[in-house]
Amino acid sequence: MYHIISILDFSREQIDDLLEKARRINENRKIERSLEGKQVALLFFEPSTRTRMSFASAVSRLGGTTICVDSVEGSSIIKGETLADTVRVVSGYVDAIVLRHPKEGAARLASEFASVPVINAGDGAGQHPSQTLLDLYTIRQSMPLERINVGLIGDLRYGRTAHSLAQALSHYHVNLFTIAPNGLELPETIQIELQDMGTEICECAEVKDVIRDLDVLYVTRLQRERFPDSATFVNVQQSYRVTPQLLSGVRDHMIVLHPLPRAGEIDPAVDSLPHARYFEQARNGIPVRMAMLTEVMQ
Amino acid sequence: MTEAPPRQLLVSPIKDGTVIDHITAGEALNVLKILGITGTTNERLSIATNVVSRDMRRKDIVKIEDRELMTEEVDRIALIAPRATINIIREYRVVEKKGVEIPSILIGVVRCPNPGCISNTEEPIKSRFEVVEKGLRCYYCDNLITRDIARHII
Repeated sequence: MYHIISILDFSREQIDDLLEKARRINENRKIERSLEGKQVALLFFEPSTRTRMSFASAVSRLGGTTICVDSVEGSSIIKGETLADTVRVVSGYVDAIVLRHPKEGAARLASEFASVPVINAGDGAGQHPSQTLLDLYTIRQSMPLERINVGLIGDLRYGRTAHSLAQALSHYHVNLFTIAPNGLELPETIQIELQDMGTEICECAEVKDVIRDLDVLYVTRLQRERFPDSATFVNVQQSYRVTPQLLSGVRDHMIVLHPLPRAGEIDPAVDSLPHARYFEQARNGIPVRMAMLTEVMQ
Repeated sequence: MTEAPPRQLLVSPIKDGTVIDHITAGEALNVLKILGITGTTNERLSIATNVVSRDMRRKDIVKIEDRELMTEEVDRIALIAPRATINIIREYRVVEKKGVEIPSILIGVVRCPNPGCISNTEEPIKSRFEVVEKGLRCYYCDNLITRDIARHII
């Protein structure tokens, strides 16, 4: 059975195939109905807006239906049921499970106990493969993925989307530029892993030093709780803010991405610039998740 | 002229059982921990630590009487004592001698140091690690343990 759990399970060929499938779905005017008569459980044990809604929309566009759990409070987990038992039971009701869970590795565990395909829709600070795939898809809409210069800015220590994207991009021999506040740098274990895969990593003190060399700037959210006090947080947030001034003189084709929601990292004045692609990126969640669902249901 | 000190056995030979030799100095107790041998189990043990060794300068030795360790049991030792040798003893004679090999997967041996990992909850699973070049990778959360592995042994 085919599950989608971690971007680390994907070879470059598998990533390319899935992105190509998403592209065909996006361009195909006729409606694909590969989930006709099928039902998908959306088990969301953590809050989510974009991921849950776009999976629901993707299932519906493929002709399928969904049943949902939206919180731990609304499920048997609150009665002490294990996730293993929950997915065994739900497997009997549906044809596939989309799972979001606060614990890292939850989707891997679910795939061991489920008798239907499992798609990981985010497990704690761990993997979120559908986000990574739609990030790659959005970049590929503008340029080939091979040997590009990608800047990762923000909280690179706890930001799972930045980790997974960097891991996926290591298949494409990119140059990574990391720009993070003290204490929020890319974890050492991930740096070692990326370097082993042949990725060049350059740690930069300030984004303005490298912005003109970048093809992609991937912005992640800075969270207040990671800083000792509000003043430090506000200071750091201001110095890491992407503004129209910062983007003046960048490469014409350079794009700015953000997994959203944003909380002040990108000045709204950037939204109207041709470099801003984060809303398109969010929209791309539909064809990418349609491709993932079609893939696991084959 | 000074005389060389007389050679003597630090630990007496055993009749039947297993001798684990060439353990990295200081790791004997961790080896026993990996093997599930504690003060409450019945095995008769002899432990020598920081013994002078020609090859390793210092080493530990563990002798376990009346128990022959299986290959899959001893291979887990390789995590902390990669040069260990296993001698199976019957009637005071070494009947089998082998090294240890690091297994490709470790199940229920090491606890994931990531507090957010699902393997540290009440789920009906055992911890599982893949042995990779740089250390151990958690099968569930992808966390990589690169140093101080003994500290994470269950």
